[in-house]
Amino acid sequence: MDYRLNFDAVWRSFDLLLSGLGLGLGLAVISIFLGSLIGLVAAFAMVSRNKVWRTIAVVYVTAIRNTPILVLIFFTFFALPQMGVRLGKVESFVVTLTVYAGAYLTEVFRGGLAALPRGLREAGLAIGMTEWRTNLWVIIPVMIRNVLPALSNNFISLFKDTSLAAAIAVPELTFYARQINVNSFRVIETWMVASLMYVVACYVIAAGLRRVERKLAIPR
Amino acid sequence: MEFTQFLNELWIARGALWQGFQLTVAVSALAVAFGTVLGLFVGMMLVYAWAPFKLLVRLYVDFIRGTPVFVLVLASFYILSVIGIQLNAFQAGVLAITVFCSSHVGEMVRGALQAIHRGQTEAAMAIGLTFRQTFQYVLMPQALRQILPTWVNAATEMVKASTLLSVIGVAELLLSTQQVISRNFLSLEFYFFAGLIYFAIDFSIERFGRYLERRLAAY
Repeated sequence: MDYRLNFDAVWRSFDLLLSGLGLGLGLAVISIFLGSLIGLVAAFAMVSRNKVWRTIAVVYVTAIRNTPILVLIFFTFFALPQMGVRLGKVESFVVTLTVYAGAYLTEVFRGGLAALPRGLREAGLAIGMTEWRTNLWVIIPVMIRNVLPALSNNFISLFKDTSLAAAIAVPELTFYARQINVNSFRVIETWMVASLMYVVACYVIAAGLRRVERKLAIPR
Repeated sequence: MEFTQFLNELWIARGALWQGFQLTVAVSALAVAFGTVLGLFVGMMLVYAWAPFKLLVRLYVDFIRGTPVFVLVLASFYILSVIGIQLNAFQAGVLAITVFCSSHVGEMVRGALQAIHRGQTEAAMAIGLTFRQTFQYVLMPQALRQILPTWVNAATEMVKASTLLSVIGVAELLLSTQQVISRNFLSLEFYFFAGLIYFAIDFSIERFGRYLERRLAAY
């Protein structure tokens, strides 16, 4: 095989790749933040005594978790305009990733809620806090600290899912990598650099999140 | 009125969608089968291999797990032809998802093998089993039982990942759906329909996993 590696074309567009990586990270951060809010609400709905709330939450989580994210992306981008909802491609992707993240985070938070001892809620109520305040100031902080490792995993996998935004031409890392690949024919170099960037980013995020986990961990 | 129009179009498109469905099942089944075999070796290497080999396999697993499946699919599709391996889009896609599956199964197998109590190996040694026999009759059966539920869930992941092959032109269910939509413009209805089919596949696999989990927990 006679193939000489030549990274020139890739380095020339490296700032594009970097900006793509940044956009991907931004999309992941926004989606996990908004998704967490959805996930919290849905998790409380799942453990509530109200059957209607429970059903809505279960249907949402089951439906989203069993549908490929690419189908969801295309559905939001191509099908929603038919119902009169017009979104730009970035907004459309954020909506999809948020809804997707919400479903996975619901499961995480539900598990976290189930693992809390009953006494915690009782203690909150016993000192005269209302149901709402107990949830907000006692239950949620403890639960979130317990599920931090699962949250980190989800963040990394959501960050990797931002690569799919390239399918609707959102200019993130994979999108630019494809462009460089097609324009320069430096096939091996392009994909080596792009996947290495993902790997390094995932590694750095994982290391950073582990520090946060250690800082916030409940002392035992 | 609109719904009857959809049913009408669905009937016209039935052949294309059925073929797409078959391709989706084929891609997923092949990737899971190959990925599992490869993953078993990966998992064994991660636990028992000579240290330098172990490091190499660890690098492989971490690299694959740190890369989005979409990038794996695109890289596999574009790179292989350049280095002189002639694979069509279907084969390149199956290869990418196989590699993805192998890293997942590898980690599962590693976890399961490491979770087996040392005493099991010592007992096997004590009754005079060779390492190979210990592995075959003592460790592997226990590890396999433990990974079965997770492995079934990984299968749903592979079905979902198979949609990515639509981007490199494999006419699996998602691409055939898009082709149908480009003819009749019923994007809402047909994306919904495709989602429903994927849901049906994944939901039944997931239920099957839960069932196995309950069955095996009884022992």
